[in-house]
Amino acid sequence: MSSSQHYDVAIIGAGPAGLAAAATAAERGARVVCIDANDQPGGQFWRHRPEDTHPEDDGSLHHDWKTYLRLRAGFDAAAAVGSLCFYPGRQVWMAQREDNGFTLRTTASAQAGRAAPGPQTVRATQLVVCAGGYDRQLPVPGWDLPGVMAAGGIQAFIKANGMLPGKRFVVAGTGPFLLPVAANIAEAGGAVAAVCESADLTGWFPHLATAARVPAKALEGTEYAKSFLKHRIPYRTRTVVTEVLGSDRVQAVRTAKVDSHGRTVQGSERLIEDVDAVGFGWGFTAQMELPVALGAETRVDDDGSLVGVVDSQQHSSVPGLYLAGEVSGVGGAALAVVEGVIAGRAAAASTAAQSSAAESSAADVRLARKAGTYRAFARAMHLAHPVPAGWQDWLRPETTVCRCEEVTAGDIAAAKEHLCATDARTMKSMTRTGMGWCQGKVCGFAVSCLAGTEGASAESLRSVAKRPVSVPVTLSELLTLEDEQVLETTTDH
Amino acid sequence: MNPASDVLVVGAGVVGSAIAYFATLEGLSVTVLERGLPASGTSSACEGNILVSDKEPGPELELTKYSLGVWKQDLAEHADLWEFEGKGGIIVASRESSLASLNRLTAAQRSYGVDARELSTHQLRDLEPNISPGALGAAYYPEDSQVQPMLAAAQLLRMARANGARFFPNTKVAGFLNDGGKVTGVRTSAGNFAAGAVANATGTWAADLAALAGANVPVKPRRGFVMVTEPLPPMIHHKVYAAEYVDNVGSSDAGLQSSPVVEGTPAGSILIGSSRERVGFDGTVSVPALRAMAENATELFPFLNKVKILRHYHGFRPYCPDHLPVIGHDERAPGLWHASGHEGAGIGLSVGTGKLMAQALAGKEPDLSLAPFAPHRFGGFQSGSTTIQEACA
Ligand SMILES: Cc1cc2nc3c(=O)[nH]c(=O)nc-3n(C[C@H](O)[C@H](O)[C@H](O)COP(=O)(O)OP(=O)(O)OC[C@H]3O[C@@H](n4cnc5c(N)ncnc54)[C@H](O)[C@@H]3O)c2cc1C
Ligand SMILES: Cc1cc2nc3c(=O)[nH]c(=O)nc-3n(C[C@H](O)[C@H](O)[C@H](O)COP(=O)(O)OP(=O)(O)OC[C@H]3O[C@@H](n4cnc5c(N)ncnc54)[C@H](O)[C@@H]3O)c2cc1C
Repeated sequence: MSSSQHYDVAIIGAGPAGLAAAATAAERGARVVCIDANDQPGGQFWRHRPEDTHPEDDGSLHHDWKTYLRLRAGFDAAAAVGSLCFYPGRQVWMAQREDNGFTLRTTASAQAGRAAPGPQTVRATQLVVCAGGYDRQLPVPGWDLPGVMAAGGIQAFIKANGMLPGKRFVVAGTGPFLLPVAANIAEAGGAVAAVCESADLTGWFPHLATAARVPAKALEGTEYAKSFLKHRIPYRTRTVVTEVLGSDRVQAVRTAKVDSHGRTVQGSERLIEDVDAVGFGWGFTAQMELPVALGAETRVDDDGSLVGVVDSQQHSSVPGLYLAGEVSGVGGAALAVVEGVIAGRAAAASTAAQSSAAESSAADVRLARKAGTYRAFARAMHLAHPVPAGWQDWLRPETTVCRCEEVTAGDIAAAKEHLCATDARTMKSMTRTGMGWCQGKVCGFAVSCLAGTEGASAESLRSVAKRPVSVPVTLSELLTLEDEQVLETTTDH
Repeated sequence: MNPASDVLVVGAGVVGSAIAYFATLEGLSVTVLERGLPASGTSSACEGNILVSDKEPGPELELTKYSLGVWKQDLAEHADLWEFEGKGGIIVASRESSLASLNRLTAAQRSYGVDARELSTHQLRDLEPNISPGALGAAYYPEDSQVQPMLAAAQLLRMARANGARFFPNTKVAGFLNDGGKVTGVRTSAGNFAAGAVANATGTWAADLAALAGANVPVKPRRGFVMVTEPLPPMIHHKVYAAEYVDNVGSSDAGLQSSPVVEGTPAGSILIGSSRERVGFDGTVSVPALRAMAENATELFPFLNKVKILRHYHGFRPYCPDHLPVIGHDERAPGLWHASGHEGAGIGLSVGTGKLMAQALAGKEPDLSLAPFAPHRFGGFQSGSTTIQEACA
């Protein structure tokens, strides 16, 4: 009944991790399929303008474009000889593990520019999930005004369209990823009124030794510093945006200083006026629905994100399932590439007839050391850029927390107090948080914190990441679902 | 030892919460123990229909009518807390054979006092303009209603607490205390609790709890999937389902059964239920179940073809082999009471069950006889009080 294709290795995502995994596995003899929701490879980090209309993209908006070109060359070469099949513009909406591997159900991607053809069902013996992540958001009064975006959303907009979603920006939140966003805005001709970083960067000092072992990162840092100087971008540390103001769209933001405990300092408020766009980024949330649906063991990382547990080969707790990039721990593009290579090698090796263990061990050691260095850097970054403890103080009872279902901070507090809704799952049942279009991707972290008594519990984060349908799919697509079992219904009673 | 109470309710699903509330109204002191949070079991993995339409004449229909009265009268002033809506149900027949069974069912129900009205295809289209042109006939049940089940459970519990009930979340019952063959309390992760009576309201897990007291209560899981669509403007105005559904509800077949049950919700999304299959507590996604539900729902409402589902979920109905709930005192284990096994109707039946249990616990004659639901109908007297696990001293 089924006519789906079977591969040795399937890779979900063609960002830094997925590109590396796909090219590596194909190079090592596996029959590989790679699926990505975007129209072209690159993921979040190397998102670029449509290749058919803008073939000239020179990577000027990108960092480490050389690595991209190298990975892309390997990826394209494998595709040319038929050892790699790439389906862009398609999303995996469901993944299941069966006796002889994995079954992936795909649908044309909602975000892709054109309806992409491709198989509805893909089967593979090994699966590497490189689904990346997205900016973590925290609610703040006024964040539902038009003009407020995720920091990564601004960057994606610029990279994909070559133009700006506003004129004068404030970029706020925490972490080094705010820097490239501000730099991209300035380089594209926009004004950056301020970058508000909640952390006190002295937090970096204890970890500088580890950070210094990542030369590329340091280099990147100085590049941004140059860009900031050139464009006169004010960079304010220990500063948070406590309110976005405007009648029908963003007009201004109110900022405040935070103390060393992450609480706002009385009397430190300032108004930044004439702002028409605000980008927030509070670190990242890994895109965990597929690993969670497949039953992979998870943990809460140093940055408070739910990520998959993996061994030194990026292998998860589920046989045959590998996780690489943000889904195994948020750590930036360079780490994602190394993890992709490790996962690609391991997945290919476990499908190969004979293993080439001796030949690869030296390379394995090198890769492991590199991954270790990057991970130490990522850990230093997580510890230096915590979500400020006092963020809940910015909320007012009428502040919207779940934008899809219009649930306010007051609704949440009431359900917690009167209905014992002290985890995210129960909060969802009682208030509808996370039941709308985004299925809790935006508010999940905040709701987990607000419902819990000591921050977001692992249990809450897991329930928020549980999305058995990872992207919306039409009923007509369900009608054509293939499977190998004999179906019995009572429709003909 | 924690403070003693007249009644100890185990399980804070909709049934346990209802018992707790009505027991406080009877003047009893009540403690509720729940291993998770309120409504963390099947009461948050279901739909909230209160249906008279899918019941054949018999004790379950009696209990449904009684419970509907409790929702509508006793609890009238609280209706908004759980989004009570008397929206009415429609059963649609798309085959000659099912139309004939439907007509037989409505006639029998009418003689039992149910308001069941035959609809011509014309009248059907007036009530549900988007229904399939293939519909041959239908029946309309103005009494069918719905609630938001999680809110019903949590609010009933809140009301019980407001009346003095104590609630211990994250407290799992691991065994019973007994004295001379009588159940006198429970052992939990948070210490021992003594009580005059222990009410087992653990839903699909009732067999496990009963076994700790040596009593056989053969409640088993019957899995059901529900799909949730994107929010839409109102397209479906009643609770609409296919005549075939009524057969499935009463079926004891373990295999997958699916027939469309489609309804709009106040939030705009449409709920598409639901499959029924007995596969234990297996939570893996079933492709055949999803496809069959999609097939049946689009047959009933062709426009659904282009509608997207945002998610699906599944729950495990507390199923008894004779399709009747288990309600009342367990003579095999004196001091232990049961209120479980309501299968796919536990939301609708909860408040009636709760009120009747409270009356019986208070030593009164319940408004409706509980005899058809007696726990000892499953036999097993010999394994009663003598095997009750000894309490840890
Ligand atoms: C604003 C911002 C600035 C950043 N700046 C830096 C920086 O300066 N330096 C740095 O090192 N890192 C930076 N990063 C982080 C960097 O983007 C990530 O570390 C990197 O992209 C992770 O790679 P990945 O392969 O894991 O995921 P991604 O690049 O996110 O790729 C995941 C891919 O998977 C696809 N996908 C996901 N789910 C599905 C599905 N179900 N079906 C099909 N396809 C799917 C997505 O379409 C995407 O293309 C930044 C990120 C952001 C948001
Ligand atoms: C898909 C689906 C659709 C449905 N649709 C409807 C419908 O439309 N209308 C309707 O009326 N019914 C419907 N039902 C049925 C309904 O959901 C159940 O009958 C009802 O929820 C049962 O409630 P309960 O309180 O008995 O059980 P639960 O809600 O499961 O509560 C039992 C509680 O006991 C707790 N517990 C278990 N063991 C222990 C222990 N040892 N110690 C402490 N606590 C314990 C559990 O954590 C749980 O919270 C549906 C069910 C499903 C699966």
